[in-house]
Amino acid sequence: MTPLLKVENISKFYGRRIGCKDVNFDLYPGEVMGIVGESGSGKSTLLNCLAGHLDPDTGEVLFEMRDGAMRDTVTMSEPERRMLSRTDWAFVHQHARDGLRMNVSAGGNVGERLMAVGARHYGNIRDEAIDWLGRVEINETRVDDRPTQFSGGMQQRLQIARNLVTGPRLVFMDEPTGGLDVSVQARLLDLLRGLVREMGLSAIIVTHDLAVVRLLADRLMVMKDGHVVETGLTDQVLDDPQHAYTQLLVSSVLQV
Amino acid sequence: MIEIKNLSKTFTLHNQGSVVIPVMEAAELTVARGECVALTGASGAGKSTLMRMIYGNYPAAGGSILVDGVDLVTAEPREILALRRDVLGYVSQFLRVVPRVPTLDVVAEPLLSVGVETEAARDRARDLLARLNIPERLWSLSPTSFSGGEQQRVNIARGFAHTYPAMLLDEPTASLDAANRETVLNLIEEAKARGAAIIGIFHDEAARDRVCDREIDVSVFTPGMAA
Repeated sequence: MTPLLKVENISKFYGRRIGCKDVNFDLYPGEVMGIVGESGSGKSTLLNCLAGHLDPDTGEVLFEMRDGAMRDTVTMSEPERRMLSRTDWAFVHQHARDGLRMNVSAGGNVGERLMAVGARHYGNIRDEAIDWLGRVEINETRVDDRPTQFSGGMQQRLQIARNLVTGPRLVFMDEPTGGLDVSVQARLLDLLRGLVREMGLSAIIVTHDLAVVRLLADRLMVMKDGHVVETGLTDQVLDDPQHAYTQLLVSSVLQV
Repeated sequence: MIEIKNLSKTFTLHNQGSVVIPVMEAAELTVARGECVALTGASGAGKSTLMRMIYGNYPAAGGSILVDGVDLVTAEPREILALRRDVLGYVSQFLRVVPRVPTLDVVAEPLLSVGVETEAARDRARDLLARLNIPERLWSLSPTSFSGGEQQRVNIARGFAHTYPAMLLDEPTASLDAANRETVLNLIEEAKARGAAIIGIFHDEAARDRVCDREIDVSVFTPGMAA
């Protein structure tokens, strides 16, 4: 099997400060990679470099396009990358408002993505939007409401629906449950877990919360000061951490 | 089916004075299809550690662990994930689940992962839960609020849902009464009969004697304790 994504030697500097350095990994179809680290570890910088939001200073991000060719998305043209981010890629932001159009209805937010890939029949688009809202547990009666009238958890679920409606193969998530109430987080994680499995998605999830990665990620990368200090299967890294920093992180988590 | 050669393991606790604890050296073990081998040894000797290494949960310091031809010491993460999904089952001592999933779905999940259709997977789950005497009224509830014995039976149902060719069982009969212990031993015997290679940890001697063909005392692998 060939990897869906090959990340090679990605580095990003802010002047003389290291954002992230020498990051390498392969991601296969259906795999979920968690990236954990504390504040300032470089995880968001890395995610943004991978997703094309930031230009890395070195390295390549090779993605397997639908025709089977591996293309470096770092050197891709802007229109091509935008098309990719509306079809095969998705990005779930920590704050839903960064990933939604707040002055467009819920149905519109989902339908817009369908139109961007060529859907034209209004009735079908609306039906599909309602179907997806149902899958993320947003009631049909809210389809014409604006996201400004939704709770934080609902906005986040709408963002997920908007991102997944085009059937992407790779989803980037930046602290998908950050800032939500615990019970809302729990529901969202269950939803994500189910969708990832049902749709066979590959995902890269950045979070500082080890419980989130335990639940969602197959593999884990631990970052500190811009470097990847440990990587492996999630259960292995959390149950038998090898690096001093990982051991510190794992032992610091409070048990409930 | 399972072949372990020259396996060693060391724990290094970096934040606790950098203490280095060697726990295993030159471990060897082979398990053929249809065999059940018991790991014995005093508490703390390394039985669960060895089992976790075979599952790829603890990394090895050296040596090889071959399960169905895949060496877990050197395999890629995706190879280990595929192995765990299709070939190698693990029933740990404690049930660990996502808090909000109903018992029926907890047990059905391994079958869904190998592509069995939802209703068929749930039917198999129902059979196992009924056999293990979990009342039907509990099937739609999350097992997190169940008693220790009930949780263990859910754990076992999940572990036996898919017909794994290799299985690791850590104290499968702990916390169970006589009737349920009997059911679990039957499940193990059925797995052996269909050719599964099984490694088990049983503190219950009667259970061990009943289903295991051989015993390996892991204390012989403890550094400094070789006979």
